[in-house]
Amino acid sequence: MQKNIEELESLSAEDKKRLAITGLEVDSLNRCGSFFQIDQEIVYSSCEYEGIEILTLEGALAKYAWMEQYYWKLVEKDRDEYTRYVADQSHPKGYVVIAKKGSKNILPLQTCLFLAHESIQHVHNIIIAEEGAELHLISGCASSASTEHGAHYGVTEFYVGRNARISTTMIHTWGREIEVYPRSAARVEENGTFLSNYVAMSPVKNVQMYPVAELVGEGAVARFNSVVVALPGSCLDLGSRAILSAKDTSAELISRAITRGGTVIARAHILGEVEDTKGHIECKGLILEDGIIHAIPEIEGWVTGTELSHEAAVGKIAREEIEYLMSRGLDEDEATATIIRGFLDVKIEGLPDMLQKQIDAAIDAAESGF
Amino acid sequence: MLRIEDLHVEIGGKEVLHDINLHIGEGETHVLMGPNGSGKTTLIRTIMGFGDYHVTRGAILYRGRDITNLPIHERARYGIGLMFQRPPTIAGLKLGKMLVATSGNRPEEVAEYAAAMNMAEFLDRDINAGFSGGEIKRSEVLQLMIQQPDFVMLDEPESGVDLENISLIGSAIAKLLEKDRHIVSRHKSGLIITHTGYILDYIETDGGHMLCDGEIRCHGNAREMLQLIKAKGYRECIECKKI
Ligand SMILES: Nc1ncnc2c1ncn2[C@@H]1O[C@H](COP(=O)(O)OP(=O)(O)OP(=O)(O)O)[C@@H](O)[C@H]1O
Ligand SMILES: [Mg+2]
Repeated sequence: MQKNIEELESLSAEDKKRLAITGLEVDSLNRCGSFFQIDQEIVYSSCEYEGIEILTLEGALAKYAWMEQYYWKLVEKDRDEYTRYVADQSHPKGYVVIAKKGSKNILPLQTCLFLAHESIQHVHNIIIAEEGAELHLISGCASSASTEHGAHYGVTEFYVGRNARISTTMIHTWGREIEVYPRSAARVEENGTFLSNYVAMSPVKNVQMYPVAELVGEGAVARFNSVVVALPGSCLDLGSRAILSAKDTSAELISRAITRGGTVIARAHILGEVEDTKGHIECKGLILEDGIIHAIPEIEGWVTGTELSHEAAVGKIAREEIEYLMSRGLDEDEATATIIRGFLDVKIEGLPDMLQKQIDAAIDAAESGF
Repeated sequence: MLRIEDLHVEIGGKEVLHDINLHIGEGETHVLMGPNGSGKTTLIRTIMGFGDYHVTRGAILYRGRDITNLPIHERARYGIGLMFQRPPTIAGLKLGKMLVATSGNRPEEVAEYAAAMNMAEFLDRDINAGFSGGEIKRSEVLQLMIQQPDFVMLDEPESGVDLENISLIGSAIAKLLEKDRHIVSRHKSGLIITHTGYILDYIETDGGHMLCDGEIRCHGNAREMLQLIKAKGYRECIECKKI
């Protein structure tokens, strides 16, 4: 395993700042472990905590024969050109995290995928929380301020065991000409919980993703939250899907999108396959400057005992709300910013405070742009 | 403090207020009465400066300054404050955050005033979202306590409020209006809209005005005027020619 923190230290001050916005701490104080990959090179990987193992994907495949049971099992190799590209690599990159049975870690494990030069970065990650384990991940994905063109193809497979919990918080700081195609999927067993949070506040050319959570065990829960701002030239095609295939499973898919001239497609799909399942979708969009917000919430029920609902709204800030704050002494811009900040404020149930604060900070950092 | 001259106001092309004249001196609190739809809310929202209310004639003077065309926030910064009859809900914006945003350099007062208004548990809730009628009123008064306006306009402060909370709200408003001070050292003025007059049990007032069909029909002692309405309804006011 390579440990080469100097490589990180050699990043420019501006790049370090871009990483900090994504929630990454180079000194790793409040983290239970770290994984850094710059372009195709894994520069740092460590975990001090008992019960959590972090490996490179190649290392994990060599070390554990059973790894094959988790490799390309939730995402299909043949799904599209991006998954095929990742599957065709003779030296697959990315990481494997295994939270051992019963291990609980409130401190997040941080993973960073940094695009420093013009290239396609590919990764394949596998995250396993064994029975009763609790694992929090914060993945910052960013590109160097000097990287103009580039693409990131990322396959991630999450396995949430019985009574286990995985939260994954992704904060993206890509560049204007970067294209990003994450392909992820989760399988959640009995009473397991999968939380997925996505924040993207800075310009990017294209992001396209539609992660899916299959709730296969009774009582499993999935919650997806995304908070995004589309600037001119950005197209964010973001969705999330939950398949409720066991009794007492539930899912909540929440998105907040703002356009300042870019395009957001907010997709969501919940499928209630069996009795006693519940799902709710909430897509809210604010058009601050002419752009596109296209909300496509879908709810699909197959049996009588599934309860699915959705709520979608796209529009501008109501004049009445701005005037309410102005009557308390805020000028129009202050009132607007205060309302936008509230709009983006999503409190995520079950997320450790530290991660919630990280999300809030990422949004605050971008807020000055409004 | 506030002088309104020959004021005509249109909403959506329709004239709602006609030829309003009103004067409220420093330290005085006046009462605005009148049947539903007569234009009371329109008058105070016009004074605050909301966009839908177009002044087609006349002027609003505050402390001698013509504020007729000033934006809302400048009026607020000059010291005009409004307790809304029906404030909007702002999804996502927490009451506490709004109070801090409007508290200027005194954010530490938020917790103290919230406790005084029994609103401590509401600071983490979206403004007005699911608030009951009485809770909305308490939240409005709390916002005014943070704002500390010099000219306080209250749109039906007691409607939908239970007896215990009327006393809480009434005393808080009396304090906002410096009713604990002697008239000569009192600088705050107010305009209160009320149908029932219950709020007047907590606040001494100086004059009443009856608005009917967008016109002020008479001036007088607020309690007397309310008693007359209770006894005879608005019929006489509607028939009464303008004085
Ligand atoms: N935005 C608006 N668009 C159209 N008409 C309006 C608007 N706002 C007020 N009006 C009309 O103006 C008139 C006066 O309304 P206003 O709200 O001022 O009455 P009010 O005296 O406060 O009544 P209440 O005692 O019921 O609160 C009413 O006929 C009302 O329907
Ligand atoms: Mg009214």
